[in-house]
Amino acid sequence: MLYYLSMFFQYISQYMKTRFQYRANLFVEFFSDLMSQAVNFIFILIVFGHTSLLHGWNRDEIIFIYGFFLVPFAVFSSFFNIWDFNERYIVKGELDRILTRPIHSLFQIVLERMELESLLGGLTGLVVMFYSGSRLGLEIKWYDPILFLVFVIGGALVYGGVFVLIACISFWADARTDIMPMMYNISNYGRYPVDIYNSVIRFVLTWILPFAFVGVYPAAYFLGKKEWSSYVFLTPFMGILFFTISIFVWNQGVKRYRGAGN
Amino acid sequence: MDKYLEMIRIRFLMMLAYRTNYYTGILIYSINIGAYYFLWTAIYGGKHHMVGLSVIQMTTYVAVSWMARAFYFNNIDREMAMEIMEGKVAVELIKPYNYLGMKTMQGLGEGIFRLLFFSVPGLIIVSLLFPVKFTWNPTVWGLFGISILLSFFINTQLNLLTGITTFFFFNNSGLIRAKRVIIDLFSGLLLPISFFPGWAQNVMKYLPFQGISYIPSMIFTNGFSHQQAMNAIWQQFMWVVVLVLPIQLLWYIAKKQLIIQGG
Repeated sequence: MLYYLSMFFQYISQYMKTRFQYRANLFVEFFSDLMSQAVNFIFILIVFGHTSLLHGWNRDEIIFIYGFFLVPFAVFSSFFNIWDFNERYIVKGELDRILTRPIHSLFQIVLERMELESLLGGLTGLVVMFYSGSRLGLEIKWYDPILFLVFVIGGALVYGGVFVLIACISFWADARTDIMPMMYNISNYGRYPVDIYNSVIRFVLTWILPFAFVGVYPAAYFLGKKEWSSYVFLTPFMGILFFTISIFVWNQGVKRYRGAGN
Repeated sequence: MDKYLEMIRIRFLMMLAYRTNYYTGILIYSINIGAYYFLWTAIYGGKHHMVGLSVIQMTTYVAVSWMARAFYFNNIDREMAMEIMEGKVAVELIKPYNYLGMKTMQGLGEGIFRLLFFSVPGLIIVSLLFPVKFTWNPTVWGLFGISILLSFFINTQLNLLTGITTFFFFNNSGLIRAKRVIIDLFSGLLLPISFFPGWAQNVMKYLPFQGISYIPSMIFTNGFSHQQAMNAIWQQFMWVVVLVLPIQLLWYIAKKQLIIQGG
């Protein structure tokens, strides 16, 4: 465990060095990340210029959900940058190299592919949450930060679990698929209250691709929406469940892997 | 001229070879349209009209603007950035054609392919799933056709501009991403320009972005009167002409100070 931790920090220091090579581009990337977050924010603001309630949720509540969503999403996108797993590791045979490394193959890939600058999105999320939270007059109790951390980790694990599972498809079917971008689009559904969707989509977002646990369910707790409380506390369990399943499937997949390329 | 037509054909055939990608692509766009459909019905929440558009018109707007995107969207900027970074652009420059013209034609080949194999079947599928209303007025279809062709040119010109900046910045993945986000919002893909507050609409009147998505989609959903549509198309055309200038200027400067980073 200690060994894994020291590996983690060594990779981070290497990572910093490479990123600061193209400083100007790094700056523009920060800026473009911030802008894509702003676009969704502006969308909400403009829409609520024309209506006061969205299925019973007001403007600041929707903004709060979006702010919360940004935090686990930032954690996820910093560490699980595996959307091109198929091309990069399976088709090109890079996984051969990964498997010769002394640490777990998934962990090795996480280290190689991390993009720490995405963490900044979490900061934006916090700012957005405090902004809308203060407008709503939400109070912070002493245990809220702890719950927040638990929900963020749970949400990031839900995301990680789903995307690792999709990456695992490559072990069985080596044809290129576009399922990854599809998932990114579906995950956007979790940013809005699930009660605006029909029951089929709501079921999928809760139990099959549980993206609702990354946004609306945990955020509903902080907003004091009692009717969602049974879902709220499922968040960490869904995260652990999906992530454990994904690691199990991953290990099975690695056993099946035959190698490609040279 | 022949060589440019040939380039369109080659790109078309190249895309045809990878057509399975497009079946999943249609699914991705349908999912997107679905998300916005539910969101918009919740936003309307019983109201019949908003800013002059009914719910059905809004759904049609969303469906058409995504499907039109398949036609005008291309990754020319990223391709150019790759070619410049890898130094391949040196070989491209000595070939007997205009590099920028060739890139535009490749984009057009891709666009025509997606129009036939993506937008048309996609629109049929979407119209079965969601309450989308098509007009059968041939004038509207004609104007829409002209309008999306112009939106292809505006979008491609902006892509060329972004691509050329690689000559100056060497690595501009951030800029390419930023440009994409700006276009998504200001072109009217995510929500019609008429929903923006008044001051923002005034600013956007002087920008080329609404010519990319808002104008063709409004024409298609009958959100514009005939006169408005004609004016909007004229405006698009003017932008196509105006944008030639900065492209030629930057291209001229770029060629002067070209550094090949490898090769």
